[in-house]
Amino acid sequence: MDFSVLRNLISRYCAGEEYWVDSRTVYIGHKEPPPAAEAYIPQRYPDNRIVSSKYTLWNFIPKNLFEQFRRIANFYFLLIFLVQLIIDTPTSPVTSGLPLFFVITVTAIKQGYEDWLRHKADCSINECPVDMVQQGTVVRTQSSKLRVGDVVMVREDETFPCDLILLSSSRGDGTCYVTTTSLDGESSHKTYYAVPDTMAFKTEQEVDSLHATIECEQPQPDLYKFVGRINIYKEREDPIARPLGAENLLLRGATLKNTGHIYAVAIYTGMDTKMALNYQSKSQKRSAVEKSMNAFLIVYLCILISKAVINTVLKYAWQWSADRDEPWYNHRTEIDRERHVVIRAFTDFLAFMVLFNYIIPVSMYVTVEMQKFLGSYFIAWDKDMYDEELGVGAQVNTSDLNEELGQVEYVFTDKTGTLTENNMEFIECCVDGHVYIPHAICNGQILSAASSIDMIDSSPGGYRREHEDLFFRALCLCHTVQAKEEETVDSIKRGIHLGKPTSFYISSSPDEVALVEGMKRLGYTYLRLKDSHMEILNKDDEIERFELLHVLNFDSVRRRMSVIVKSSSGEYLLFCKGADTSIFPRVVSGKVEQVRARVEQNAVEGLRTLCVAYRSLSPAEYEEACHQLSDAKLALKDREQRLAQAYDLIERDFTLLGATAVEDRLQEKAADTIESLQKAGMKVWVLTGDKMETAAATCYASKLFRRSTQILELTKKRTEEQSLHDVLFDLSRTVLRQRSLSGLSVECQDYGLIIDGATLSAVLKPSPESSGSGNYREIFLEICRNCSAVLCCRMAPLQKAQIVKLIKASKEHPITLAIGDGANDVSMILEAHVGIGIMGKEGRQAARNSDYAIPKFKHLKKMLLVHGHFYYIRIAELVQYFFYKNVCFIFPQFLYQFFCGFSQQPLYDTAYLTLYNISFTSLPILLYSLIEKHISIEMLKRDPTLYKDVAKNALLRWPVFLYWTCLGLFNACIFFFGAYFLFDNTTFTSNGQLMTTNTQMMFGNWTFGTLVFTVLVFTVTLKLALDTHHWTWINHFVIWGSLLFYVIFSLLWGGIIWPFLNYQRMYYVFMQMLSSGPAWLGIILLIAISLLPDVVKKVLCRTLWPTATERAQSNRSCLTVELSTIFVLTQSDSRLSF
Amino acid sequence: MMASSYNAKEDGHVTVPGGGTIQNKKPDNTAFKQQRLPAWQPILTAGTVLPAFFVIGLIFIPIGIGLYVTSNNIKEFEIDYTGTDMSSPCFNCSQSFSWNSTRPCTCALPFSLEQPFESNVFMYYGLSNFYQNHRRYVKSRDDSQLNGDTTSLMNPSKECEPYARNEKMPIAPCGAIANSMFNDTLDLYYIDPNGTRIQIPLMKKGIAWWTDKHVKFRNPGGNPNLTSAFQGTTKPINWRKPVYELDTDAENNGFINEDFIVWMRTAALPTFRKLYRIIQKKNNMTPTLPRGNYTLEVTYNYPVRSFEGRKRVILSTISWMGGKNPFLGIAYITVGSVCFFLGVVLLIIHHKYGSRNNTADIPN
Repeated sequence: MDFSVLRNLISRYCAGEEYWVDSRTVYIGHKEPPPAAEAYIPQRYPDNRIVSSKYTLWNFIPKNLFEQFRRIANFYFLLIFLVQLIIDTPTSPVTSGLPLFFVITVTAIKQGYEDWLRHKADCSINECPVDMVQQGTVVRTQSSKLRVGDVVMVREDETFPCDLILLSSSRGDGTCYVTTTSLDGESSHKTYYAVPDTMAFKTEQEVDSLHATIECEQPQPDLYKFVGRINIYKEREDPIARPLGAENLLLRGATLKNTGHIYAVAIYTGMDTKMALNYQSKSQKRSAVEKSMNAFLIVYLCILISKAVINTVLKYAWQWSADRDEPWYNHRTEIDRERHVVIRAFTDFLAFMVLFNYIIPVSMYVTVEMQKFLGSYFIAWDKDMYDEELGVGAQVNTSDLNEELGQVEYVFTDKTGTLTENNMEFIECCVDGHVYIPHAICNGQILSAASSIDMIDSSPGGYRREHEDLFFRALCLCHTVQAKEEETVDSIKRGIHLGKPTSFYISSSPDEVALVEGMKRLGYTYLRLKDSHMEILNKDDEIERFELLHVLNFDSVRRRMSVIVKSSSGEYLLFCKGADTSIFPRVVSGKVEQVRARVEQNAVEGLRTLCVAYRSLSPAEYEEACHQLSDAKLALKDREQRLAQAYDLIERDFTLLGATAVEDRLQEKAADTIESLQKAGMKVWVLTGDKMETAAATCYASKLFRRSTQILELTKKRTEEQSLHDVLFDLSRTVLRQRSLSGLSVECQDYGLIIDGATLSAVLKPSPESSGSGNYREIFLEICRNCSAVLCCRMAPLQKAQIVKLIKASKEHPITLAIGDGANDVSMILEAHVGIGIMGKEGRQAARNSDYAIPKFKHLKKMLLVHGHFYYIRIAELVQYFFYKNVCFIFPQFLYQFFCGFSQQPLYDTAYLTLYNISFTSLPILLYSLIEKHISIEMLKRDPTLYKDVAKNALLRWPVFLYWTCLGLFNACIFFFGAYFLFDNTTFTSNGQLMTTNTQMMFGNWTFGTLVFTVLVFTVTLKLALDTHHWTWINHFVIWGSLLFYVIFSLLWGGIIWPFLNYQRMYYVFMQMLSSGPAWLGIILLIAISLLPDVVKKVLCRTLWPTATERAQSNRSCLTVELSTIFVLTQSDSRLSF
Repeated sequence: MMASSYNAKEDGHVTVPGGGTIQNKKPDNTAFKQQRLPAWQPILTAGTVLPAFFVIGLIFIPIGIGLYVTSNNIKEFEIDYTGTDMSSPCFNCSQSFSWNSTRPCTCALPFSLEQPFESNVFMYYGLSNFYQNHRRYVKSRDDSQLNGDTTSLMNPSKECEPYARNEKMPIAPCGAIANSMFNDTLDLYYIDPNGTRIQIPLMKKGIAWWTDKHVKFRNPGGNPNLTSAFQGTTKPINWRKPVYELDTDAENNGFINEDFIVWMRTAALPTFRKLYRIIQKKNNMTPTLPRGNYTLEVTYNYPVRSFEGRKRVILSTISWMGGKNPFLGIAYITVGSVCFFLGVVLLIIHHKYGSRNNTADIPN
């Protein structure tokens, strides 16, 4: 029933025929290029109208209905409804039509309302005014009228109306500042650049004189990628081509800051903008509960069909003789008689299907959806997951996965920013093995704890002096940090705290800020970037100026960044900083050994280390590098790859200068959280790009590894000595031997595995002999399975996702959770069953792509152990209960067929059939599934092992499902045969004249059905009452309320002759039944019998084989006293603190 | 596959530019939002359930005994007059049945009561293998016609097919149920010890639900003359006389004839009894039916042989809890005993294992 495969096939087939243009050419100001340049191909682009709404007034009803009936469940009910309309069915079409209509209407209203909101939002956006440059003047138009190629003027604090290429800005240096808060949540100001050839334009007329085209790729959703080229035509000259990158592209939704106004040209409009492309929904994740639910549904569908088949077959076997088929008192109509027997049989089959279709209730979907949607509010409402500092609470991006939080078996966590604060503090640097430690100041705040030894061992020597100078300059120059002078910053005044008006630094990478600030404390202050010159205030308070020529940006594959600068003396210098593994192989001179030793020592202490190297370029070399870079940058195709090649060629032959060490402190309660997760039976894996020693130190600090943990290493270092094959077999032998031993000894040695990216890709790489690769994978998984903790270091972002995929695909199919804060975690967050983003310092990309976002790592504990646990038991009960109550409901109807000649006579009245799932039994379970707490929040937090009780879908496994179904069947038999014996064996009678005389009246089939139904409603509701562990006033209200509602409804339904109904079969039936003593006694008896086995089972299981949860529940009584005292203490505590 | 996700997906883009709007508000610290509503937290342990089981046992067993004794005190006599046996007096009638016969076939069944029936006696007829609960049969009626609606009287609902019209004339009352109304006449005679036959007076009113007789069933029009009220309709095919001649008493004629109303309440199961007559107690001195010999005179009109049915007559006294009903009493006694037994078992378990659990918990 999955259409996606089909859809893929179709789309693939269609795409083959489609003509696809790789790039688009934009004519700035709609001016045709000189004929010599190239053929003018007018292309059609969408206008700048944003359409996020799905419907219009005209197509709402058909389209919405189509959308809704595309869902299999709705379609199934529609089919049942249609069958009821077409053939002569036992129940009126109302019984299935009304619930379906209700569901469809509610959904349509909700979607319609949302769409109306979207329309309103669209409208306000599309109509907002925009200044457009036309024929040298500024014209004000509506945003929706913008076309690709229009030149737009944007003022300060205005939002860009579409994706624009910056032409010039009022700042003169061709830069402008932009904040992308509404796009990715990063509040820092980012600098965007204009192409040097256009940045001089100051007025509309000048801009209008520009004659250029822009070639760029077709729109794609990645916010941080853009490749393009601008061709500027000047009279009688060859066009000048300049590369355009993401730093030239102003995105729709971003806001212009600190810049008077800019001129820019529209290149992507309307639905082509990156913002619009990013609103496309992500791939849908399905929870394990949903999968079991689907499995159960299929079972029930089979039951339904087999019931109908059995009854149809029996019907025809039974009415073989004409006297049974058509006794004299009950003839068919002529039309019916003339029908062919096959058609009749088929009609009968359909009629049985209709009669039993309630076994798959439409209301279950609605209830599950409502439960998920409403239930997810508890996460957002939780004040324990609110972070005062950031001012945010947990955020729910999808409510489909709530219960999956209670099923997690593997936790994949990022290290930096997730386990650690990502609040960097410069600790030391080492130049050629000589160590410098600055005053410990971090991000402008003095940390008292750190030592304040200033520059130990600072005896300068000639050669060293030179390296030292270069080292400090390298760190001052090789970064992408922006210096903000406090007057340019409007609201934030952090710089002033230090007493003197200084600047402070902003960067997307906290490491860089820490380094630059560290340098400042060592005497080298980076001042600003002005006219592409970087200014440094050196130790002797002199300003040094370096011309910034090229920035070779950081990326996580290369793991380093470089700048090429020209010093005031005219020297070309390339400074590079990066991870030790990516620097050392490229070093040709320098004191490698000393630096390496220091780096390793620092790494063991858990510090993040970077190595710094430089290379001086001759003018010829510089020219060549320049050429390579611009070639690569101009390429429209494979630009990334060509850039990487160019970088690789330029960044070599380094001279090592030294290394830095930055500390990243662990997040508060990270260790406690990890410990709890491990106790709860989850395997915690740390996936990080950091180097092994640093990561391992963090793991020790966060108690992922303990002192007793035996560390298994699967690293490049080891595989260099032995072959990968041997190492793997070695490790697996160690692990397996231990396991065979542990069968005897109770104390289990736990293992921790460390693997690095290189080895991982070797393990995963399909080797030439086909048998080998599968083997490696299997062995690796086997080892991992036996390790309590795994650390993967040196991981590329994609490798993180690979690991998650590997574990997901292993044979137990465990539920995985990935948590991270940065852009490099997005792939893993999207891959895992549950993706959690941390709203950290590295922007909100992870949070945006996640299913849930939390402010801090420590909140994961409550999220999983409390919320996950609750959601799981709630939804599990919801699903099982729904199936149970519908077995109870429909099975008597099935049994009744054996006593009414298989004639599809319904046991219950139409009203009861319709309302059973909608109103009599719907609210108690919905409220149960929202507020049930089988055990207190404190208990769940205190004892993480309780999580194991619900692990591996414990409450929705087949035995449990079988138990519920059997219980349902048992109850159904009790209801039916109880009523049967009351009616059959005896003169089951009542006082007809309501308490006046004792005239004895007979009861008919509707009384029989009503009796069964009354017992059914009471039993099913009381069964839920027995399962409820947490009786708030809401539960009381809803449970007793719906029973009362049933009674009142029945009294009313039977109380009057309903004018518009063509039958009055329920008239006074309920009241007559209640006026009979045996009916009361029978109802009480049947309810008691139905509930008895479940109570006994519960009590026996609890006493003889209690689960951890049940023990904790029993213990609660002794603990309440203790807790209340704690509560009193905290109360008084909080009062004191206020 | 079937679990569709209804609309959670669409929630993603309600607000267009803001995307994920960041909640800057601190969540309210209310008991509901923090899931800390005060609650009663019962746990079903052996300790708490034990008393409940004993109490249920102690309540159910006496009730059961009471019901059983009451039920046993009820006197019931049943006689089958289908006439399938050669020896049966009704054999001839049952064999020579035809719908068109004008001469009614009668037969007399002698029987004797061993014990006197003291209080009011209820006389039932019972049919078996008669599927009054067949779907085609149950719906084959027109409630608005029966409620006296004149348009429905002339245009019976199509649910009544094929018993809606007879030769273009609407049938009143229409439908299969009405058409197959039980039409045997049963008379009861007491044979005095000295041989004289005394007819026992049978009361035919007060056998239907009060609400049925007075609200649900009504004769058409305000016309006291039923013959003209039913003008233009025809009698059901199997009936010997039209509906307005069911009884001479105007209060019991037409649609509000109680025999008819009783028949119209379709039985739940293929074997059923319906109340036929009530024998009222005359005075406190003599029993309603003294012990001795009786004769049941049957006017045999109703054929059941074709579908292998049986016809019975049941005489029964009643108690506060209705007719003879051993099932309820036995069931109550059984359930009560089971509860009591389970209570004992739980008590043992509780003593043996309950303490063990508590000690095992301490290391936790």
